[in-house]
Formats: sequence, structure tokens, C-alpha cells
Amino acid sequence: MNSRITGSVPAARLWKGPRIPVGRWGLATGVFIIGFITLVAILAPWIAPYSPYEQSLANRLVQPVFMEGGTWGHILGTDHLGRDYLSRLIYGARLSLLVGFGTIVLSAVMGIGLGLLGGYFGGRVDMAVMFLLTVRLSLPIMLVAISLVGLLGNSLPLMMLILACFLWDQFLVVTRSLTMRLRNAEFVLAARAAGLSNVRIMIGEVLPNLVSPLIVVGTLEMAHAILLEAALSFLGLGIRPPDSSWGLMIAEAKDFVFFESWLVNIPGLAMLVLVAGITFLGEGLRAWLAPDSSQ
Amino acid sequence: MAYYIARRLGLAIMVMLTISFMSFVMLKMSGDLAISLAGEGSGADYVEFLRKTYGWDKPLPVQYWNWLIKALQGDVGTSFYYGSPVLSLIAERLPATLSLGAMAITMALAVAIPLGMAGGRAPGSIIDRIALFIALLGVSTPIFWLSFLLILVLGIQFAVLPISGGGSVRHLAMPAMALAFYSMPAIIRISRAGMIEVMRSEYIRTARAKGLRPWQIYLQHALRNTLVPVVAVASVQFGFLLGGSVVVENIFAIHGIGYLTWEAINQNDYPVVQAALLAVSAAYVVLTLLADIVNMMIDPRIRLE
Repeated sequence: MNSRITGSVPAARLWKGPRIPVGRWGLATGVFIIGFITLVAILAPWIAPYSPYEQSLANRLVQPVFMEGGTWGHILGTDHLGRDYLSRLIYGARLSLLVGFGTIVLSAVMGIGLGLLGGYFGGRVDMAVMFLLTVRLSLPIMLVAISLVGLLGNSLPLMMLILACFLWDQFLVVTRSLTMRLRNAEFVLAARAAGLSNVRIMIGEVLPNLVSPLIVVGTLEMAHAILLEAALSFLGLGIRPPDSSWGLMIAEAKDFVFFESWLVNIPGLAMLVLVAGITFLGEGLRAWLAPDSSQ
Repeated sequence: MAYYIARRLGLAIMVMLTISFMSFVMLKMSGDLAISLAGEGSGADYVEFLRKTYGWDKPLPVQYWNWLIKALQGDVGTSFYYGSPVLSLIAERLPATLSLGAMAITMALAVAIPLGMAGGRAPGSIIDRIALFIALLGVSTPIFWLSFLLILVLGIQFAVLPISGGGSVRHLAMPAMALAFYSMPAIIRISRAGMIEVMRSEYIRTARAKGLRPWQIYLQHALRNTLVPVVAVASVQFGFLLGGSVVVENIFAIHGIGYLTWEAINQNDYPVVQAALLAVSAAYVVLTLLADIVNMMIDPRIRLE
């Protein structure tokens, strides 16, 4: 733990989650789970047995096939409006991955940009960047996110932008500390002597060296984004009905939880598998791509 | 030491000022407060009157300054919905969230520190694998699903705990468990890493060589040195819990700050939203400040940096 790397913020404060050491099998598990869910999400219109929106009040709350009274017609049953649960689950996967990926791209741009500035220029620029980071870390992410979404609206791009505003800190920390190490490297000095502009050095010379650790950060932050989206939708402030999101599915099922608990457990389990898969993928990639930062 | 504390305090104040400014801008972005307050379909005269009364016709920086002075005196506005001062609403709801958070962090520390240390003592052992598996479940389980699982198992199946409402320790037990599970991974991870580092150190070898019993080594030597990062992480986690309890408060119908904020968002009661954000951020800033000072006392090396 080195507080010089993080400036005024003690390093321990930046540990948002555990780094769970996983071996090769972990990476393989992650690749398999995420690959499968991504494939399902992309192929949703072709493999979903029904439309996720089509209601059928005659077929409300049909039990899933593994329970008594279930039929193969609706493998995971139907919800309180008679919509096929499997189809809603498949479309929900699409949304989770879309939000996760979109948010990470946006937050990566913010965090990497700030990290390059702080790490490359140092001094006052770096102080300003670190102050921004301290402010960001002092904001209660869940409360601010629901307030902003409630205030500004919950269109999908806006929601991704709002989430991205809170998930750039890891990108910043990693980019900044690595940029600091590289800023006096010979190839950077050579580029400077050759008359390249600072922007070109940062993006063309420094950034390519940071790709591996940043991919790891991006993967792990994606899990945060997906969980946040689910929580927002669960609170009725994210994805709006009739669209399908796993968080929304749980919210819609909450009145039936005492009698039909599978309505809550199916999307909950799906979420667990997806986030665990992303964690395996991220930690596996860390062990593979950036072994020195794995402790 | 005094210098360090002063600098750290200065930083905390600047952070709070920045957050207050952001929350002020957020409140302004929410639309025209005079219209929200007057209600739809009110006459233009009335709206204009409200705007004048509250000083919303002045330039923004002036408005911020006036608002800040008032806020420092404890006046953070009036709730649109309840009509009562926001500060009293917050004060009414804060204890529930604080006691929930305190209970959750206590549970998390009580389970996660021994688990993490036991794992770190022998990396790769069965207990280490169990610790890491629990950490993995903790990061991956959506808290709202976990809450429902707890309700189904402890509330319905075994019917040992009440499933909704607040007020007593038993009411808070299930929501606190859900929150604790969520903050355990970070604590497991950091106490595990600390333990691994400590076990490699010279003084543990010395202690062993002196013939101290294992439990003496762990409790008297290892625990103390694992504690510094744990204090920092625990304070951060407690801050997360205060902000993150909104989902759990919602499910278990606990009338804390999170529930208040959620209600206020749905009722467009922006002064309450703003004040709740400020209160939780302030709690977090104070907590991290205290944690840094505590750490300075535990570990003199920090003072020298």
C-alpha cells in the first residue's frame, strides 16, 4: 500500500471490491459464462420462444417446467401478466449487457482522460485531478444515482451517462499511476524530443502501454454497472415497463414473493451467474495479463 | 500530527463545499422551484411572489451564497411535500439508517475479519477457499434478491424474524444481514491480504521462535498490524452502507434516510433529496476523516509521510 501512488487518498479507500485470485479455470469459467450470455443476448430475437411484451391474461403465473404444474410450453413459466418468463429473461440479458458495456465505455473515457492528464503533467493538474477523485469517492453513489435519474429522466443513454459519472475512479487510479511511471521513460522522452505534442504523446505513446490493466479494470467495473442498473430498475427509477430488465422483473414479482418465489429467484439467480461470470473473467484476465498487479 | 490533521481537515471542508455546490446546481437543474412549489395551474402572480420571497430571482452565485449561509445555520429548506423543515425530517430518519448501518458493519467485521485472517494464514487451504467463495458470492449477489431470500427463509420458512418494519433490533436483523453480506467481500479481501503480508514478516518469525502460542501470535501481533487497512476499509464500507441502504430500506420498509430519499424522488420533493445527499456525504466525509485520524494513532508511520 503506497499512499504516494494515490496522493491524498489512502490506497485502501480505493479498493471497491475484493480481488479474488482465480486460476486458469476461473478465466475459462468466466469466458464460458459471459460468452454464453452474450450469445443469448445477441440472438435474442431468434431464440426467445415468445415476444417479451405479449401478454396473455388467460396464462397468468404458469409454473416453470421444473415445478408441479409446469409445461414445456413455457419453460420458465409466465409472469403476472402472462408474459413468457424465459423470453423476458433473454431480453433482460440484452439490456444488462448493453448497459454494462455502454457505461464502461463512457466511464473509461472519463477516467482514462483524467488519469492521463494527472499522471503526465503532475503538479497542479494532478492535484486538481486528485481532488476530483476525492469528491467523487465521497459521494454516496447509490443515492446520487437514483436522485439524478429521478431528476433528469431515465432514458437508456442518460442512465448510462449518469452511471458512468460514478464508475471512472478505478480507471483514473490505474491510468494515473502507470502514466506517472512512464512519463520519463526513454520512449516518451524521445517522442518529446521529436517534437510530438503532449496530447499525441499521451494517446499515441503512453496509452497503448496501459491497455492490459485497463481491460481488467473495465471488466470488473462492468459488474458494478450491471448491479447498479438492476438496483435502479428495482427501485422503479431505471428501465421502465414494459421493457425487460432483471431488476425490474424482481420488482414486478415482489408482490408474489410469498406464493411464487420462483418469480424472484429466476432473475436473481441469472444476475448472480452473470456478475460472478464477469468477476471470474476480470480476475482471470488480471492473472493472465497483469500478474504483477494481482496482489 | 497537528499539521497532518489540519491539512486533512482542510481537504474535508473543501470536499464538502464542492459537494454542496454540486447539490445546489442539481436542485436548480430540477426545474423551476417556484412553479413546483406553487403547484400546477397557479397564477403567474403567485409564482412571481414565491420567486421573490425565496430569492430565486437573484443571480445563481448570490443564490448559492445565501443558501450556503442558511445551510450552515441549519436551515436547508422546507419540504414541498411535508411542509416541515427538511432538517427535522432528516434528523428524524437518520437514526434508523445509522443503527442499521452500525449493525451491518458490526456483523460484517465480526465474520469477515476472522474469516479473512484464517484464509490469509494458509492461502490455498480449505478455509481460504471458503473465504474467497463467500467473497465471490458477496460481490455477485444482487442485494435485493438476497433480501428476498432472507425473507423467504428466515421470515417465512422458519419464521424467526419479522419481515418488515423497523424499531427493534429484531426488525433490523435481516436488513442488516443483507447489507453485511454486501460489505463483507472488501473486508475479507483486505484482512486476508494483510495477514499474508504479516505472516511473512520478521517479527512473526521472532514471535514463533520465542515459542509464543499460535493464538498469541495471531491476536497480539498479527491482528494489530492487519487492523490499519481494515479500519480504512470499514469506514468506507460504512459510508457505502449509509448510501446503499436505500434498496434494503425499501424492501424491509425501514423509514431511514434511503427510504426518505426514494419517497422524495417520487414526490419531486427536491429540497429533501438535496439535504439527504448532503447528510450522507457529510457522514461519509466525517467517517473517513475519523478513520484517517484513528489510523494515525494505530500506526505512527503514517504521520511521517
